[in-house]
Amino acid sequence: MNVTVCVKQIPDPAAPASLDPATKTLMRDGKLIMDDSDSYGVEMALQLVDAAGAGEVTLVSMVPNNEVAGVRTALAMGAAKAIIISDDTLRGSDALSTAKVLAAAIRRTNADLVIAATESTDGYTGTMPVQLAELLGYPAVTFARKIHLDGSKVIIERQTEGGYDQIECPMPAVVTVTAGVVEPRYPSFKGIMGAKSKPVEQLSVAELGLDASSVGAVGARQEVVAVAAAPEREAGEIIEDEGDAHERIVEYLERIKVI
Amino acid sequence: MQNIWVLVEHAEQGATSMSLELLTKARDLADKVEAFAWGPDTASLASELGLYGASKVYDAGDIGDALPGAPVASAIARQLAELAASPDAPEALLIGTSYDGRDIAGRLSAKIDRPVITNVVDLVVEDGELHALHAIFGGAQTATSRFTGAETSPAIFVVRAKSFAADQATTPVSCEVVPAPPGELDATNAARTIARHVEQQSGPKLDEAAVVVSGGRGLQQKENYSMIEELATALGGAPGASRAIVDAGWVPYSYQIGQTGKIVKPTLYIACGISGATQHMVGMKGAKNIVAINKDREAPIFSIADLGIVGDVQKVMPKLIDLLKSRGG
Ligand SMILES: Cc1cc2nc3c(=O)[nH]c(=O)nc-3n(C[C@H](O)[C@@H](O)[C@@H](O)COP(=O)(O)OP(=O)(O)OC[C@H]3O[C@@H](n4cnc5c(N)ncnc54)[C@H](O)[C@@H]3O)c2cc1C
Ligand SMILES: Cc1cc2nc3c(=O)[nH]c(=O)nc-3n(C[C@H](O)[C@H](O)[C@H](O)COP(=O)(O)OP(=O)(O)OC[C@H]3O[C@@H](n4cnc5c(N)ncnc54)[C@H](O)[C@@H]3O)c2cc1C
Repeated sequence: MNVTVCVKQIPDPAAPASLDPATKTLMRDGKLIMDDSDSYGVEMALQLVDAAGAGEVTLVSMVPNNEVAGVRTALAMGAAKAIIISDDTLRGSDALSTAKVLAAAIRRTNADLVIAATESTDGYTGTMPVQLAELLGYPAVTFARKIHLDGSKVIIERQTEGGYDQIECPMPAVVTVTAGVVEPRYPSFKGIMGAKSKPVEQLSVAELGLDASSVGAVGARQEVVAVAAAPEREAGEIIEDEGDAHERIVEYLERIKVI
Repeated sequence: MQNIWVLVEHAEQGATSMSLELLTKARDLADKVEAFAWGPDTASLASELGLYGASKVYDAGDIGDALPGAPVASAIARQLAELAASPDAPEALLIGTSYDGRDIAGRLSAKIDRPVITNVVDLVVEDGELHALHAIFGGAQTATSRFTGAETSPAIFVVRAKSFAADQATTPVSCEVVPAPPGELDATNAARTIARHVEQQSGPKLDEAAVVVSGGRGLQQKENYSMIEELATALGGAPGASRAIVDAGWVPYSYQIGQTGKIVKPTLYIACGISGATQHMVGMKGAKNIVAINKDREAPIFSIADLGIVGDVQKVMPKLIDLLKSRGG
């Protein structure tokens, strides 16, 4: 079975994020890393291919600046190859134009299953994978916490409001996984060295046969007109526990009339 | 605004509170509000929707065991196509940030080639067009966005829970049920639900409870989560969690509060051993009163707490539970 995993490369979330003051799009110029949310999808894909006993994991990633570092991390974990779509015209893409680009790339991968994260760490619209599924003409199952292969179908546990549903879905399909569902492996030294020579195909928007006007800031058809710090809550009283904190809490609960 | 559609989802009884919040806001923004729903018995929702000002509910009908994304998006797309040239065509579509809501929004967006603005927390009309405020960077900043260009109608917004209060209209309207079936469906609709598992929970529901007691990684181990449950019970509240302990498998995902979990706005929120990451705070900073217990004085949670206790949860919580129990609740 062949699994294609969408891997988003993002600025290090530990560094404070900022928007370009002129275009009000995310500054993505520094070094990019693999979105941690995607490490679960990569791990899930590797396990599925292992269980199937044949096939390979392919990565697809769209980035504005030719970055491959994040994808190398996933290759080091064990993915076989990657397609990177990188083009200046992709700057400022919204979720739908991202889906158009990734759909065009995924059509080249002959995937039985496409895995993405439920939402990315930086943009977190959470709509891209379903838009992708629609463009590919595939069913989609979101919020998966388990994927089990059953012949030409997958059986999925999908998180719900009050528990989980068991879903049966024929392949090809798009599945989104939530964080924490599997323990992503650490790339071994051998894996890291090997990743350097794994095939990474770099494609432009034109090479994918897409019209530049349907992607990037032009294709996005939405713009940020203003950005402001979210309203802050004031900090209240902070006290050190000296063995009586429970009494102070109860006094407070009485004051706000909860008890 | 002339006409706004709201995607309405079924709760155990009636419509979800999120659907009612969106109808209330839509009424503020537009002269006419209509709903779109699905399920075996949409007619049963009509009188409630009328109370919230919806004059019509389009009904995609019973989708059986299918997942709603493909069939409901298809039903909406067909209805939009039919109304395209008519004055009844909606200018905007409001969809709640729920599991199914996001699926339907994504499908519809690609089907009719319209962009979507997500994580919306407020909507305002500027110069006759809708502008959306959305929470970005885990809620640290708020961006105001708008659609540009010609091919953006209807504007699709995916709105976060509890962004608006739900209020009935001063004059209820009668709500007409209009069948709007999905039509022929292809492979996109091939997934089926074969079983449902609902985790038993006693006490109030997390997103409706007046008191929420939440635990995080600072509890040190899974067994200590029972302190959270005990304290919640003592206060008649619901237990919640940070993502760190959901990911660790201590509690089910349905307990998670924050960006990817539930949004709660209780009278009282008690955070125990939770650092206060922006993605957690976005789900609880609307609480009326916040108490935090954390052993690190520099923990970000203290910046939004009304009462901050710098202390060890394992020392403070047992005494607090005992004291509350001895008072008889
Ligand atoms: C602060 C902020 C707010 C934004 N608001 C909106 C908005 O309201 N509407 C909108 O349409 N766009 C919005 N965008 C743009 C949007 O986030 C894009 O960056 C878009 O390229 C991808 O969307 P996402 O990351 O939100 O996707 P999500 O749907 O959250 O991503 C889910 C998963 O899809 C995969 N994926 C997503 N992007 C890629 C990629 N480039 N390469 C490989 N895999 C990928 C990953 O597995 C990812 O985890 C916003 C961006 C920012 C920074
Ligand atoms: C895309 C994305 C979405 C996310 N969505 C969510 C979400 O919905 N909800 C969410 O919660 N998180 C979410 N997160 C994760 C978030 O960033 C944090 O990692 C998480 O909230 C941390 O959980 P925590 O506070 O329990 O753990 P930690 O950050 O590890 O904090 C533990 C705290 O416990 C304190 N502590 C330790 N021992 C004790 C003791 N004995 N007594 C008292 N205090 C003690 C420590 O001082 C520390 O402050 C998301 C992250 C991403 C990237």
